[in-house]
Amino acid sequence: MLIRRREHSHALEHEVTPERLYRDYRDFRRERRRVLAGALGFGAACALPRAFAAAGGYEDIDPGSAPDWFGQRLGDARWKAVEPGPEDRLTPFDDVTHYNNFYEFGSGKDDPARYAGGLVTEPWSVVIDGEVARPGRLALEDVIGESRLEERIYRLRCVEAWSMVIPWLGVPLADLLARVEPTSKARFVRFESLHDPEQMPGQRSRYGLIDWPYTEGLRLDEAMHPLTLLAVGLYGRSLPNQNGAPLRLVVPWKYGFKGAKSIVRISLTDTQPSTSWQSLAPNEYGFYANVNPKVDHPRWSQASERRLPSGLFRPNLIETRMFNGYADQVASLYQGMDLKADY
Amino acid sequence: MSRPGSLLRHPRLLLGFRIVVFALAIAWPLSWACRVAQGEAGPDPGRYLLLEFGIGALTLLLLVLALTPLAKLTGWPGFGLVRRQLGVWAFVYALAHFACYLLFIIGLEPALLLADLSRRPYIIVGAAALLLLGLLAATSPRAMVRRLKKRWKPLHRMVYLALALVLLHFFWIVRADLGEWGRYALIALGLMLLRWPPLARRLGGWRRASGAGTEVNRRR
Ligand code: HEM
Repeated sequence: MLIRRREHSHALEHEVTPERLYRDYRDFRRERRRVLAGALGFGAACALPRAFAAAGGYEDIDPGSAPDWFGQRLGDARWKAVEPGPEDRLTPFDDVTHYNNFYEFGSGKDDPARYAGGLVTEPWSVVIDGEVARPGRLALEDVIGESRLEERIYRLRCVEAWSMVIPWLGVPLADLLARVEPTSKARFVRFESLHDPEQMPGQRSRYGLIDWPYTEGLRLDEAMHPLTLLAVGLYGRSLPNQNGAPLRLVVPWKYGFKGAKSIVRISLTDTQPSTSWQSLAPNEYGFYANVNPKVDHPRWSQASERRLPSGLFRPNLIETRMFNGYADQVASLYQGMDLKADY
Repeated sequence: MSRPGSLLRHPRLLLGFRIVVFALAIAWPLSWACRVAQGEAGPDPGRYLLLEFGIGALTLLLLVLALTPLAKLTGWPGFGLVRRQLGVWAFVYALAHFACYLLFIIGLEPALLLADLSRRPYIIVGAAALLLLGLLAATSPRAMVRRLKKRWKPLHRMVYLALALVLLHFFWIVRADLGEWGRYALIALGLMLLRWPPLARRLGGWRRASGAGTEVNRRR
């Protein structure tokens, strides 16, 4: 079943990739299988993070470190599987990695870059539980499973009215969900982030308002939507810690806070899970949190956004689009709903 | 002129202190501008300047309110001499903060300004604080102090109201951690406590007890 789906994607690959590249890629896979078979014996013993050159045309990007399986997966990644509009220019790597909201590491935008460096992300495993036929604890490699890594260049719209364009690397969440087989009772998916005050200074603050661990949630049909991504990398490399390493959620038509970072648990539930921000301020943050220029946040107008980087002399202010510009693909999910009430 | 403290009261020294304070008040925002120019302020320099000017204005406001207790404690007249100047600087920073908001946050869009002013409590409170600081700054030149005579002091007590409004403005912006806000609020609380008459009397008392009498105290 899984293998057949891979065959299907091969066909796609063949259609869009020049013959020579395709052959290289096929040879690479053959080679990889052989090497893998040989290496299997001691592979587990040397699963230390390694540096691979960032791939996909990002050779000038600091490649960071990643487990071996990640480097192997990079080789058959599907680059630019989703591209943004012509006016959406990539936000530079330095900005993507030094302007973050990741309250586990502090509330300043540069706190995550400063304090997340020491986070241990290898080994990493994710608990899958709740309304699924195949619960269990999966190593990160098995969360990705047999799915091919895809590069998806998405707009990211923060509820604070700034936005970026980021080339994520990941796999559709739907692939994982299909493998763990939700039961007929499953209606929502709950995501839980790492709770580890030793490593996460923001969780040690005595004046923090968030009740850790950070939790987020999606309706099952939102989670199964092809745009919904489980990201393990960006800019052709593994996720930098400050961006939610080693595994985070990316839901491009929702405000950024829906994208749970450093995920340790994914649960399928029959009732709507409570989420961190909604519990903190239900009048400000809704469960759906769809990008919507017509529904204001009490503190920030959502009509426009600062597309970063934004200069002093030419502030890059642009109009915010319904569903962050993904309305064509996702509006049907919300047919018949009052988006002012279910914000 | 034989008292040991006399050198510290030399008019030249006091003038020098006022000039240093003036220079520092200009240098501080210049240091932010340098960071922006060197690309060290991140991808959102407009918001960076907005926040620096906001925190800067609040800091100067707290500094102004620290001057009276400091003068009482030390008896040094210099602190009293820069009080009005620093108060005006606090307003100038707040005005720059507002200008950053207009330019970089709402892109000079009148409709957005009206919307914000009509429904966002933290903006309404900020605007009230800004107007109040403007009124105080406008009545700070020596000529205005003379013109207003007895009414000047009650008018300028409104600085406490401005501080409260600014802290409320800041409080409503906090997202997930009250730590930073708490530090400023704690300092503000401390400064208010020092104005509580039983404590305020003691401040001067400590100094007089240590024998360095002066006229600063009597003037206030
Ligand atoms: C019309 C008047 C004002 C407007 C429109 C305004 C607007 C803003 C905005 C948009 C923010 C940032 C909110 C965010 O975090 O997204 C802010 C923060 C702030 N403002 Fe104002 N403000 C005003 C007046 C003032 C005044 C008079 C002061 C102080 C004297 C002040 C001090 C601050 C402080 C301390 C912050 C927090 C900075 C931080 O979080 O680091 N504001 N203001």
